[in-house]
Formats: sequence, C-alpha cells, structure tokens
Amino acid sequence: MDGVTRQAYPVDPKSAVGKLPRPAQFVDVLVVGAGPAGIAAALAAAGEGRSVMLVDEHPVSAAMAGLDVPYLFGGRATPALGNQARMIEQIAGAMPGLDDAFEAGIEVALNTSIWGMWVAGPGLQVLPCAVAGLATEDRSWLCGFGRAVIATGARDLVLSFAGSDQPGVLGAQALHALLTRYDAFAGRVVSILGSGRLALETALRALDKGLTVAALIEVCDAPQGPAELVAEVAARGVAIRCGAVPLMAETNVDGVVALRIIPVAGGTVERIACDTVCLALGLVPQIELLDTLGAPITLDRDRGGYVPVCDATGQTPIDAIRVAGDCAGVAEPGGLDYRMTWMRALLDTGGNDALACTCEEVTRGDVFALHQPRYLGPESEAMAARDLAGLLADGPPDHDQMKRLTRVSMGPCQGRRCREQVAMLLAIGARDDIGIVNRAGFRAPVRPLSLAALAAPDDEAGRDGWDVWFGIVAQWVPYDEIGTPREADYIAGDMHL
Amino acid sequence: MNLTRESGAAVVIIGAGVTGLSAAWWLARDGVDVLVLDKGVIGYEASSRNGGGATHYQSPLFHEEQRLWPLMDELLGYPTEHRPERIVIAMNEAQMARYKRMQGILAGLGYRADLLDPQQVRDAVPLAGDRHIGGVHIRTGGQANPQRTVQAYAWAAQDHGARIMQHTPALGIEMAHGRAVGVRTRNGVIGCDQLIVAAGPQSGTLLRGIGIDLPVAPARAEMIVTEALPLMPCGGVDGNGLYGRQTLRGNLAYGGGWHEWMDELPLHGALPRPSTPVLQHIALRIAQMLPKAAHARMIRSWAGIVENTPDGRPVLDRPANPGNVTIATMSSVGFGLSPATGHALRDLVVDGRCSFADIDKLSLRRFDGLDPDWRRIQGWVTPATHQASVPA
Repeated sequence: MDGVTRQAYPVDPKSAVGKLPRPAQFVDVLVVGAGPAGIAAALAAAGEGRSVMLVDEHPVSAAMAGLDVPYLFGGRATPALGNQARMIEQIAGAMPGLDDAFEAGIEVALNTSIWGMWVAGPGLQVLPCAVAGLATEDRSWLCGFGRAVIATGARDLVLSFAGSDQPGVLGAQALHALLTRYDAFAGRVVSILGSGRLALETALRALDKGLTVAALIEVCDAPQGPAELVAEVAARGVAIRCGAVPLMAETNVDGVVALRIIPVAGGTVERIACDTVCLALGLVPQIELLDTLGAPITLDRDRGGYVPVCDATGQTPIDAIRVAGDCAGVAEPGGLDYRMTWMRALLDTGGNDALACTCEEVTRGDVFALHQPRYLGPESEAMAARDLAGLLADGPPDHDQMKRLTRVSMGPCQGRRCREQVAMLLAIGARDDIGIVNRAGFRAPVRPLSLAALAAPDDEAGRDGWDVWFGIVAQWVPYDEIGTPREADYIAGDMHL
Repeated sequence: MNLTRESGAAVVIIGAGVTGLSAAWWLARDGVDVLVLDKGVIGYEASSRNGGGATHYQSPLFHEEQRLWPLMDELLGYPTEHRPERIVIAMNEAQMARYKRMQGILAGLGYRADLLDPQQVRDAVPLAGDRHIGGVHIRTGGQANPQRTVQAYAWAAQDHGARIMQHTPALGIEMAHGRAVGVRTRNGVIGCDQLIVAAGPQSGTLLRGIGIDLPVAPARAEMIVTEALPLMPCGGVDGNGLYGRQTLRGNLAYGGGWHEWMDELPLHGALPRPSTPVLQHIALRIAQMLPKAAHARMIRSWAGIVENTPDGRPVLDRPANPGNVTIATMSSVGFGLSPATGHALRDLVVDGRCSFADIDKLSLRRFDGLDPDWRRIQGWVTPATHQASVPA
C-alpha cells in the first residue's frame, strides 16, 4: 500500500455487521429445480468438477399442497401425499435424469424448498457470500454458493368463476405433477379450460393416464392450439366447446360434480358432469427467487408475463445468477391477450361476485369498488365514496397498494392463486394495458413456512447486539430530561425500548 | 407571491410519507392551499413498513399522540385500525427491570401501566406460553395499521382540498432573494410560499442543495408477517427484543434486530430494500415469546429504509434562514407520533411555533459544529466502508 495506515472506525454493535456468518454449508453451484433444465445445468457444472447441489421442493407436503403451493392442486391429491417417505421414493423414481445426477456425485435434496436467495448488492452489503435459505417442512438452514442456476419452472395461471375455490378445480401444472410424478391424482373425469397447446397436451396426457376428458372449453370461436393436436384430441372423442366459458362449478361436499358453461354470446347454459376442472389457459414463470435476489424483471407478452431479464444463455445481470428452463419464460405467442380475452369473458358472464382472492375472500367487485375488508365492518361515508377509479385518478394501478387497501393477494398462498387475475382486473379498471400495472413483488420467505421451521437455531451467540430498534440510547431519553443532569443516568442505564 | 393552482401552492410538502401527509391534512383542514409531492406512491417507504405502535413516552408530542389516536378514525373519515393499549412481555429479569423502569416513566407523565403476572399475560395474550416471567400492561398508547393510515391521511387531506402528486420526485429546491420559491421536478418548477421538507432519508440531500446541513444516515430494517391467527384480547404485544402487533385481521407483524447502514439514497427511482436471512432470528424470537404461534406460517417480510439523526431524535424546525422552509424528520420513529407531528408542523408553518408542546430541543441548531465525519465516528457506515477501512 502507500504506507498510510487508515483509521479503523468503530462498528455499530447493533448493526448487522458480523451477525450473519458464512454458512457452514457451501457449494460451488446451487441448482434450484430438478426438472430437465435444472438437471442438465447440474450435470454440466458437475462435469466441470464443481461441487453441486440440486434442490427440488417436490414432493411438497400435504399441507403445502393444501395451500396450493406451488401449483393449484385444488384439493385433488390423494391421501398418499401424506406419506412423505413413500412420496420421496415415488418422485425420485419418476423424475427422468435424476439417476444421472446421483451417479455424477451431485448432492440431491428433494422435498426441500428454497425460500430466499441473496447476493451482495445495494442495501445488502453485509452478506459474507451469496446465500440461499433452504427448508423442509420443519427446519431451515442457510447454504452459501458460488453461483446458482434457477430452474424453478412455471406455475399455474388461475382465473376465477363461481365455485372455482372449491375442491376439484386445479391447474394444468398440478394435474401434470399429480399424474406423472406423484401418481396421486384423485379425480376421474376432467373438464379442461382452454384449447391452446397446454390444454391439448393436458387432455392427451389425461387420456393416456386412463382418465375421462369430458370436454375442452374455449372462449374463442375456434381451437387455439396446433392443428395436429386439435385433430388428435378430436380423434380420441373429446369435444372442444368453443365460444364458451365456465359460469359456475357445481359442487357437493367432495367438491366439483359438474361444470356449467355458458356461451360468450349468450344462450343456454350447458351442464358437463365432471369431478375436476383443469385450468389450462397459460403458465406463469416462477420468478419469486429472482425477486428476492433483486434481479431485473420484465413483462414479456409472448412468454408468460413477467420474466427475468437474461441473455440467450440465461445469464442475468447478476453475475452469480443464471436462469434455465420455463422460469425464464414459457413460449406462448399472444398469451397475455388470450388471457385477457378469457378474463373479460369471465367478467361479462360471471360478474363481480366471483372471488378474486380465495385466501382473503375478496371478490372482483371488492377490487373495483375498493372495498375495505369485511373485518372492518360497514364503511364510513367517505370510504364508501372511494373506489378504484378514484384511486386511479391519483396514479397508475399499483398491485401492492391494492393489497394494502383491500387485502387482495395477502393470504397464505402468497398471491399464487390471484396475482395474475388481480393485475388484469386493475388493467380493466384502468381501461388500459396490463403493462401499466405496477407488479406486486415477492419477498422472502417465498414459501409459507412455519415460524418454528424458519427459526434460527436457538443459540445465544447469534443474539449479540440484538436490539428492538437501533439501540440509540439517546433516542429514548424522556424529552423533559434532555439537557438536565438526569440525562446521563438514562444514557448510562441503557434505558430504551 | 401570486401563486395559482397551476403554478404551485401556498405550502408545498416534499414527501408523502406519514409525516408529510399528516401535515398536509392538518394544513388543509385549516383551509391552507397545500400540495404534496412524492417520488412514488403515497406512504410507500418506511411509513407503511413499520410496527404501527403509538406509545412514545420519550417525545414532547406524546400527550398529543395519546389525545389524538382515539379520535383519528372520526377526524379522518377513514379507518386507521387504531386499537388502544399495549402489553410488553418480559422473557427474563433484565427485560422485566427495563419494563418496570418504563412503567415509572409513564407514571411520571400521568399514564397508568400495570405489572402483569404470567397468568395475567396469558389471559390477555393467549398465544404466550409459559416461558415468560410476566409483563407490563400499558393502559395508553396502542397501535394502528400503517398501510391503511397513510391512505387515510391522503384521502382526508384531499377531502379538504389538498393536492397530492405521486410519481413526481423533487429534484431540488429553487431559491430566490434568500427564500425557497419552488421545487424542481421533471415537469418544471412547482412554486411555493412555504415549503416542508419531509422526504425521509432524502431530506438531507434536498436541504444540502440550499445550504442547510441536516445530518441523517439511512439504514434498512426489516419485519415479517405471519398468516392470520385468532384475535387476542390485546393485539399490541411487544417484548423479547421485538416490536410489532397482531393486526386486526389476525396476522402477527413483527420486527427487531440488526439493521444495515446505507449510503445516501437517490432522489428518484426504486430503492434497494431487500429483506434478509435476519428473518430467521425474528422468527425465533416470536416463537419464544408467543410459543403457541410457532406453527403459524410466515407469509411475507419486508424491509424499510429509515433515517436517523446523530442523537436519534427528531428535527422539527423552521430555521430563521431562509425562514420559509420547515424541516421534518422523525429519526426512524415517525408513524405513531404522526397525528401530533402533523399538528406541530401545521403550527410551525402557520404560526411559527408549536402551540401545544415545547419542541425547541428538536431544532436543527443542536447539530451546529457537528464533526462532518460523524457517521464514521459513530460507526454508522455501510458494511463495505468497514471492509475498506481495515488497515492493510
């Protein structure tokens, strides 16, 4: 150096400096998601001689599936989901390529979710290295990593109609997982919403698995998917009801027993007997961890909505983070317009009474009217006079602001069942494009884990310098004592909240 | 000055946080033409990312805080979710001794606080188990929902004619003839007769531009939220190194613990405020204090950026020079006091002095002669600064 010894300044003992040591576990490469993209990335990294950990949250616990995390399971998993050990065996055997990962010496952690990831950056300089938070249903721990590949796939797009919160209404990703990986699907007769590639492939897979497909329901005048898939579905005797949307799911104590559909142009309601309704209108890239990392996110109308900014290799602007597979975007040309066509038709036919948010029981009408939550009782006169249109006079629609005011998207499913629909409703309310809606962010923990599971180990060492607030003793000296001889007593006595 | 509604307002407030919005409401209900500017959405930063507590015995505004909160829903016309009273749970004798001393301070101010035995704590706070040794029941103070309250201020101010311009960052303060005459924005200068700077951490930057040195250091602090649990008789429960509450919806919202000091923030654009693995430690402390909530799922966390002055106390001041600029920072403790702060700011702007409390010790003058290196001297610098300052 230049020979000048610089002053080492004191460290605020109540600050985070030194409180988050390097985790005991460290891997060169962390791969999140053991689908085809994740396994390929893990094998490539192992081939370069790196230490690799491959993490996948499946099989999820019955409790997590009950919250529709990460997919819209819709209460149609069999009780087999409760047998965790058997499920891990089942999943391990049903994930193609996982054997190769084991053979390559990759550490594979199934039934393990990642609830947050962080790299050093603005506002977060205190981390000793890049860190991921891992958890099973009953404990959590941190793992350091050199770089990470996020291959978290896509989740279900959920639009609501009367009864869609009842058991038996699930998503295409959930049905796929329950049929092919979990072998734990409890339904027999499925109606499928949509007629794009996703819906058609879902129908063919269901048929292959011995299910009955009652019908495909399509809002547009004609089937949307590739002609050869449309023909194949038709050849197997499944009708596509075009120009119609669900009006309501008819249910009994076990859930769905039939779906009533209505022509978009008006006309007679038709009843389709089925025990399951599968939403196959689109997939949503799972970008939660990219949000906790602070990675830039952009709206891509042809790739499933909000996707991470990345180059052709999946490299994000954060050096240590690459994305792979469907979480980087799911090719779906015109996808957002198609979703909006569905949304408008469901609104036109089903009205405002359908739930926008199942967890918090907020209807579509509550969103438009900006209703305060029901636990607050009747609205004041001034509150009753406020609505979404009035709020929008003050600025563009903001999903986070709507969460605060109506509690929409604020429940334990963490907005997975309503996020996309609410954004569409805000765009409709604003009579504008969905691109103007300020997206609601994701925050750790991106899986709804219990306090007991998330709690740090109960050791005194980690508590050094813990303070309820900043630990600025002068801050809590009663005003009248400031400047008196007694002030020193307060300071010396460390009297503060 | 002849300001029209097109060119400005009699009073312009920079910052639609809880302090600026309360001031706007107090001024507007007095018929003052007031306009609030914010870089983003109202109340989006620390004003809506806090514990919602409303029991600040240390403040000269305490009595007014206590007087106003029970009235706020009616005065504003919109719900704040205010609920009275608080309980502080002690997990050990050291905590109990501290809370007993707080009881004494409150008694000296004329407010009642009762000691609770462990069973009494459990009666009022059923989620508390048997690891605590008792607590203090503060028969004043309380809690409100910060997110709903900021919106309530904004709407109530609008109902009285105030204007709020979101997504309009203040880029600088325009001076002429020794007075502040307007605020520079992307859409031109917004004129003012009087200016309140209540821009949180960015207030320091804005004021430096007109030669006023407001020493503030920004830092990030974080909180967590659980799923909703059955409502307890008392929702305002602190203790075990945590602040927070059970919301009226039933969620537990708690914070506490380690903060990270930050460099000066930009005047516009999204702020970096990640929540971090510190949430594991908050989870542990909640599970210790409220063991019957240990099964509850954490569904969110958030971080907010707050500013602190060197002594952690507010600056509420209208310095003689330039004379028409009022400075308002609450030094990281602003939400609960906001009903009273707005009143004090209204008084400073309209009357030149606070009508209901002595706030002279909150003037900016106390920092005259402050060492410019005060952040380093106090250790209030970024982690990277520490790394860079380790001798080679």
